[in-house]
Amino acid sequence: MRVRPVILVPFLWLALFFLAPLAIVLRLAFSESAQARPPYRPVFAWADGWQVWLEKVKALGLSNFEAMLDEPLYADAFFSSVGLAAAGTLLVLLIAYPLAYAIARAPRDRRLFLLTLIVVPFWTSFLIRIYAWIALSKPEGLINHALKSLGLIDAPLPLFGNHLAIIIGIAYSYLPFMVLPLYATLEKLDWSLEDAARDLGATRLRAFWRVTFPQTWRGIIAGVLLVFVPALGEFIVPDLLGGSDTLMIGKVLWSEFFGNRDWPLASALAVMLLLLLALPLAVLRVLEDRRETV
Amino acid sequence: MRMSRFNIVSLVFGIAFLYLPILIVVTYSFNASKLVTVWGGFSTQWYRALLSNAPLIDAAWVSLRVALASALGATIIGTMAALALRRHRRFMGRGLFAFMLFAPLVLPEIMTGLSLLLLFVALDWDRGYWTVTLAHMAFTTSFVALVVDARLADLDPSCEEAARDLGATAFSAFRRVTLPMISPAVAAGFLLAFTLSLDDLVIASFTSGPGATTLPMRLYGQMRLGVTPEINAASTVLIVGVTLLVIVASRLTRRHRQA
Repeated sequence: MRVRPVILVPFLWLALFFLAPLAIVLRLAFSESAQARPPYRPVFAWADGWQVWLEKVKALGLSNFEAMLDEPLYADAFFSSVGLAAAGTLLVLLIAYPLAYAIARAPRDRRLFLLTLIVVPFWTSFLIRIYAWIALSKPEGLINHALKSLGLIDAPLPLFGNHLAIIIGIAYSYLPFMVLPLYATLEKLDWSLEDAARDLGATRLRAFWRVTFPQTWRGIIAGVLLVFVPALGEFIVPDLLGGSDTLMIGKVLWSEFFGNRDWPLASALAVMLLLLLALPLAVLRVLEDRRETV
Repeated sequence: MRMSRFNIVSLVFGIAFLYLPILIVVTYSFNASKLVTVWGGFSTQWYRALLSNAPLIDAAWVSLRVALASALGATIIGTMAALALRRHRRFMGRGLFAFMLFAPLVLPEIMTGLSLLLLFVALDWDRGYWTVTLAHMAFTTSFVALVVDARLADLDPSCEEAARDLGATAFSAFRRVTLPMISPAVAAGFLLAFTLSLDDLVIASFTSGPGATTLPMRLYGQMRLGVTPEINAASTVLIVGVTLLVIVASRLTRRHRQA
């Protein structure tokens, strides 16, 4: 079979700029850090050949991974990342579900407009949206200023520089990711089922909870994963909204790399992050496959 | 059909949640007072200050050049990749190809940035304008491919087959028949790549070098120091610019749908 450039060019591009970099991260994660430029001593040298490689694999340097287990900072960072990303995702779901529901039940000619309204802020810079929250939520920011001048609070609410700020920040930045899959599921629903439940005497809430909600599981799972996965590796949100004591993997990786210049440890953290993401990504993949075959 | 009160409240709350913070940034960029919470009257002084802020203007130029070059490259390679995947059902390594093409969509930015930097170090390339451009090309290619692939999926392949039957070469059939049909998706992919590049902080921070500071990197450095009316003004310029781009993009796709 002759080689087609339309396949070959992107193939080589992806191999060089996706596969090779990942392999380098993996290789570096098993290397030792060094006071040098670049600041690491590679375990595998390309010139070694297979024999030497095999020996080295047997005596593989797990020192970075051991360091990660020994130092509670890293374990804490992983746990609090999962916790904060999960809490943020839950908050997004609580805001997005009623929103997607309302759009799906809006008059047909309004739906596209409403959906566009939800998506447009997603196009404006992520950084600027997070910055907008700083301006609002700081102790001397607008929310606290307004509440204080209305006489509702005496001391400023702790909205900035803590876990709550990160959770709200995640909810704010990833809202469209949740609304879109939920809307896609809700839009296809046959509303006559809910109407029938109402006719048979169910209250509005009960009809929704027993009839409509169970039909939207797939949209919920897709939305939850679409928010949870990027939120887990988030750097900008914890860095700009969180305090000095808030740990997330993305931020720890950044400071290991730029602050401590420990490239091997940063790579090992990246490998762990990837392993952590593997499960939710596999679920998402199965969902996508099923949608394609339906 | 009338909407229930609960639905209206949900809509108003959700949209206010999304738009109020942005609107406040835009409003306060016209504030005469330097204080963030005090309204001191209307003024455009921060926009004038912006124009004389040389490092910020330089960073904006770097960002525009990087975004333009990387979006062009990503559009070409992303479109090729989508075509390869749709047109050729069987070739060696097709599974790997699809994985490599769409996995970057879900890879955390911090991983993309770290891994690309390590590649550039391994290849011993000096970091700067070109490494940022290549890095942006690398991560936006997948987004272009996703958009073009969706359009190709709806396309009737018999049009191109007819052109081939009538004697057109493969390339000319593509250029005269398929390309005009997918061009709105290609344009939308280009705009998506352009805005993603313009917006990126994390990948640029890893892969940039001296003399190639992008606008988000410059803004981020200033934001860490606090909220200032000047950043509000810079943000407003970016928000308006991107919104105009999005309107153009949606016009492009809508006109196509009506046709």
